[in-house]
Amino acid sequence: MITGNHAAATAAVLAGRANRSGRGFCSGVYPITPSTECMEFLCLQDIEKGHVVKVESEHSAMAVCIGASVSGARSFTTTAGNGLIYMAENVMVAAFLRLPVVMVVGNRAVGPPWNIWTDHSDSLALRDSGWIQIYCGNNQEVFDAVLIAFRIAEDHRVLMPVMVCQEGFVLSHTMALTEIADQTQVDQFLPQLNLPHRLAQTPRVVGSFTSSRMIEAHREQHHNAMRMAWDVYTEAQTDFEKTFDRRPPDPVVTYRTEDAELVLVSMGTIAETVNRVVDNLRDRGLRIGSVRVTMFRPFPFDALKKAFTGISRIAVIDRDISLGFGGVLWGEVRSLAQPGMVVQNYVSGLGGGDVRPEHVEQMVKDALERKTTGPSIFVGVGE
Amino acid sequence: MNRPESYQNSHLLRPGNTNCGGCGMSIAFQMFKRSIGDTPVQLVLPACCAAVAAGGFPFSAYGAPVLLSTFASAASTATGMAQVARLNSEDIRVVCWAGDGGTYDIGMASLSGAAERNEDILFICYDNEIYGNTGGQRSSATPAGAGATNILKGKIEPKKDIMSIIAAHGIPYAATVSLADPDDARRKFQRSIKEKGFRFLLILSPCPTGWKSDPSMTIELVRLAVRSGLFPVLEVENGSRWTINVEPDFSKDDLARYVSLQRRFKKSEIKPDEMGAEIDLKWKTVRMLAGCNTGV
Ligand SMILES: Cc1ncc(C[n+]2csc(CCOP(=O)(O)OP(=O)(O)O)c2C)c(N)n1
Ligand code: SF4
Repeated sequence: MITGNHAAATAAVLAGRANRSGRGFCSGVYPITPSTECMEFLCLQDIEKGHVVKVESEHSAMAVCIGASVSGARSFTTTAGNGLIYMAENVMVAAFLRLPVVMVVGNRAVGPPWNIWTDHSDSLALRDSGWIQIYCGNNQEVFDAVLIAFRIAEDHRVLMPVMVCQEGFVLSHTMALTEIADQTQVDQFLPQLNLPHRLAQTPRVVGSFTSSRMIEAHREQHHNAMRMAWDVYTEAQTDFEKTFDRRPPDPVVTYRTEDAELVLVSMGTIAETVNRVVDNLRDRGLRIGSVRVTMFRPFPFDALKKAFTGISRIAVIDRDISLGFGGVLWGEVRSLAQPGMVVQNYVSGLGGGDVRPEHVEQMVKDALERKTTGPSIFVGVGE
Repeated sequence: MNRPESYQNSHLLRPGNTNCGGCGMSIAFQMFKRSIGDTPVQLVLPACCAAVAAGGFPFSAYGAPVLLSTFASAASTATGMAQVARLNSEDIRVVCWAGDGGTYDIGMASLSGAAERNEDILFICYDNEIYGNTGGQRSSATPAGAGATNILKGKIEPKKDIMSIIAAHGIPYAATVSLADPDDARRKFQRSIKEKGFRFLLILSPCPTGWKSDPSMTIELVRLAVRSGLFPVLEVENGSRWTINVEPDFSKDDLARYVSLQRRFKKSEIKPDEMGAEIDLKWKTVRMLAGCNTGV
């Protein structure tokens, strides 16, 4: 029984040790609720050929990871909410330098108003930062995602950093039965990191100035690298299953979507609640299903299109809001809508608000009755 | 372009770079390289003129591996590099080379953090007393009376005393470097590249473009700043043992000449006398800190 924070840190330590035959492990960390216990745990471990630097800010935490990674070490950090936003400049640098850093974000509302509880608006604000984003549904997924994150980040076809998102408190502080792994298994799953553009002794510049046309060429390469993550993830899932005897979730997880008239799309732990509502309402004869997006970047277009085949109504639940637009997830899902489809957005659970079964039922009722897509609806506000 | 390796390796900042003529920072690079010889270094450059000097991808004006860090992060990026070098028992020396903006201002927190942790980094600040890269705005290193593109007349606040701040961290070695005193400079470069832990060097680095001075007067300006007492040449060991390395003559003529050789003090019409009072105050502190340690 461990918390999400300890699951994440345990996986990071195992991954760090696994690079002892390579250039080791080095990480910069800074505390913020609800990710503090992850960094504390990491700091107290004995990591062979590893070092954790307790820096003076999140901005510097990511800078240490950048310096370590560019020198060929495996690197990891964790933060949340305003910490992630403060770190943002260097978050983008890690991606644009193609550095395979892994970061666990304990999703937290961005203040003000100050609130330490969960929502997805911190990591979604960095949607376009060039990081692969995985949203976890339980503690086991957090542990597994950290290991698989190193695998895809360090694959030479990808070489992009990975953000593993776990909802603050809901996962970060909740103890759950979690299978961890032996060092030998992790050693096998994570071969030593070999960074092709490692800064060694040859005179050259990493992160140089470029012309307009040249930066386009770089961005196109970055984009293509991100798009490789789907295939690499699938391969890694298979390998993971071979090594650890369990399979991490697909980029899109469907639940009772066959023959459904309406599906509810969500990320993170809300999907658990949605699945229960699906069971209850199916018992009452409603044809509804649930779709959980676990990999938000690169966005799983094909898997989602497949999940939406034959469906005319989609309800998208966002634990975030892009002010002046609507839910961020909704915006992405809506881009896949066929003409005539209703794709309605429900914003709920900001700042740790409970998204309860009755809220989901309210969404289902509205989504089944409406003729057209309307503006985003806030559900559960002020309760 | 294919020059022999020996030629490439003889320069840290190679000829043909984009720095302005007479740039103090270019001279500092030459003196630094000549002092440290073949010691392998990795450079971390935050946003500043030295970063621009690298040139455009895929070329590099630097004869060493370089990482361009974000403006605020030179010391923390270098921390990651130095720690991994240590983990792998490599003898490479990680050097941050930053302007006053990346040192006194936006880089202050990460610099202070790395100093407090005593990371194995040499942090060199070439202080041109303005933001050169963005066209010459004020920094907290700009002296009172000097103009800048975002100040109407002249700066009112005095220059921040970075050496006291750095010394207060108790790091193994900190020193100011005069480009007009090559023997003292060489000794400091050689000592600081070898020493373990956090080391800090401050180089007064005239900027003909921003100071509106003649490019041929760069070294002369440093000489005048040292002689007049404007730029104390000193070193601090373990944050406590202050030594004055060059005794100024506090000549009023030198100070007047220093001001007259630049046009950045014109608008404020600051008088050398007013600057003289500032110098007296500074030296009271320096002498108090140094006790009787005059290394002259
Ligand atoms: C976060 C951030 N803010 C602002 C800038 C713009 N900027 C680039 S260099 C610079 C000034 C650099 O001044 P200094 O450190 O004194 O070095 P110099 O240019 O004088 O060599 C500024 C403001 C930036 N690159 N990054
Ligand atoms: S602007 Fe000043 S500091 Fe920058 S390259 Fe030119 S002379 Fe040097």
